[in-house]
Amino acid sequence: MDSVARRLSAVGAGAALELRGVTRLFGALAALTDVTITVRPGERRAVLGSNGAGKTTLFNCITGDFPPTSGTIRFFGEDVTHFPPYERIRRGLRRTYQISALFPGLTVQDNVYLACRGVSRGRFSFLRPGQNDALMHAADGLVQAVHLSAVKDQRVAELAHGQQRQLEIALALAGAPRFVLFDEPAAGLSPTERVELVEILTSLPAHIGYIIIEHDMDVALRVVESVTMMHNGRIFKEGLPEEIQSDPEVQELYLGGGHE
Amino acid sequence: MSVTHDAHIQVRNPASTAQRPAARAWPDINNPAAWIVAAILLIMPLIANGFFLIEIFATTLILGTIALSLMFLAGYGGMVSLMQLTIAGFAAYMVAVFGVSGNANISLGWPWWLAVPMALMLATIFGTLGGALAVRTEGIYTIMITLAIGAAFYYFTNQNWAIFNGHTGINNVGTPHFWGVDWRWDIPFYYVVLAVAAICYFAVDYISRAPFGLALQGVRDNPRRMAALGFNVNAHRVAAYAVASFIAGLAGVLQVWNYRQISPGSVSVGACIDVLIIAVVGGITRPVGPYIGALVFVLLRTFALDFLVKIGLDGNRFRLLIGLGFLAIVFWSSDGVIGLWQRWRQSYYSQSDRPAGGRGHG
Repeated sequence: MDSVARRLSAVGAGAALELRGVTRLFGALAALTDVTITVRPGERRAVLGSNGAGKTTLFNCITGDFPPTSGTIRFFGEDVTHFPPYERIRRGLRRTYQISALFPGLTVQDNVYLACRGVSRGRFSFLRPGQNDALMHAADGLVQAVHLSAVKDQRVAELAHGQQRQLEIALALAGAPRFVLFDEPAAGLSPTERVELVEILTSLPAHIGYIIIEHDMDVALRVVESVTMMHNGRIFKEGLPEEIQSDPEVQELYLGGGHE
Repeated sequence: MSVTHDAHIQVRNPASTAQRPAARAWPDINNPAAWIVAAILLIMPLIANGFFLIEIFATTLILGTIALSLMFLAGYGGMVSLMQLTIAGFAAYMVAVFGVSGNANISLGWPWWLAVPMALMLATIFGTLGGALAVRTEGIYTIMITLAIGAAFYYFTNQNWAIFNGHTGINNVGTPHFWGVDWRWDIPFYYVVLAVAAICYFAVDYISRAPFGLALQGVRDNPRRMAALGFNVNAHRVAAYAVASFIAGLAGVLQVWNYRQISPGSVSVGACIDVLIIAVVGGITRPVGPYIGALVFVLLRTFALDFLVKIGLDGNRFRLLIGLGFLAIVFWSSDGVIGLWQRWRQSYYSQSDRPAGGRGHG
């Protein structure tokens, strides 16, 4: 815990992410109701909740995939509520998807290269990258970091599920991420792959904060220092992992119902 | 049926792997078949007479280049645009309007080296504006909007006399004449067409591995994720339309020089759909596909008539042959003729280890 405190003080004050009264309606259905969250830079937080609690909708509002119906979203102090997704990404926000959102027609290397290119200049470049292209080297490094070097020239459509999940994470770490949203990164992974995932998450540079949606408590509670519990589109409880785990209300609502 | 179905699936995966080689090199540079085709194309004037040179091969290359612009949009960008022929036709009209023609009251009489850049610029703007409308939609709506633009342009040229000279069109369009060469003579014109087609082909192939082309393929596969990687998806799509419009415009300039006239019949809705047929028959996953499709189309269009008359049928039924061929190819190979070729080669390789020689396109 001491190292966490040191890490948080190192990245300075101010909020990385600040949501105020965010509401998202789908017709008459409120997927999110009046959600207010503040996450500090470098903070690592889990969002828990049953299906339909609004976790993924929360991510979609933060990245701009769906704009919120009302409320404001600030990213490192800047009001990004009405920004298109790509403007938020260029400011250092990243996300992964619950169902892998990759480019099946391209190779692993090209997928990661696109992610690196997306957050740098020259997105419209007509010149092929040369031998010493800096972004190509960055892509190589990321491919290596998620243990996919052996398959880097294969098309993504041919990868195993676990490899696709790892690539999903690599795409979110391209460039200089400041804050990452992980949407169930462990979904469908084998126990060994889960260990690797925990390793990847815990070895991220200290200044990179994240929110992780994860049903697997073994993964989620090992890689975060705070937990937000959601229920029916509202924030239900916030606290330290051990507080949430031992909270009787939470247990009844979420952990009690035949978990694992 | 089940046997063929199983074979189909077996062959499918390796074939699709071969479709997009991951190596970052020029494609086909080690492919002897590509060199043979290139050599034949270069010495064609020695082999073919004027009719074959222009009516078959130059026409194939021009139509193939228009279809290439569609392949670029559809194959890499996932956008099926039916207005590519309209953009080519627009460029053709602009060459006639700004350059020299038999209609002195319409044509401004600019020299070709001014009229052509002007026509290309206007055609690119025209196609980019159309694209900017179309990218707000997806799938079938893109097809509908671009088809509507094509149809609107066709009827507009029919009814507008001030610029487009109505249904008679513009005749006796001037062709370039310099360095003592009339560039519309069969042999020089063939080489001009071949050069433009080759440049377009290699440019499209080069761009497909450059950041712009890779991003376009990313937009095709998953536009939402592209936005979540920092790309402005709509801007990318519009830029793709600009590139495709420029290519189609180049082909349009060659087309008006080829026929020396342009009229609404050349930009009809049927002709717009022909371009789609050409691209799909050839295959839209690689730049070579549209040229193969165009060759099949031009050969059928030219010779099916004689063939049908010979066996005692109405010669005007050549479209029936094209339609049946289209159905057959789409039914057996979603990737056109190049898909069939790849599958055949794949099964050939799996039967024997000897490398396949012979016919190929590059």
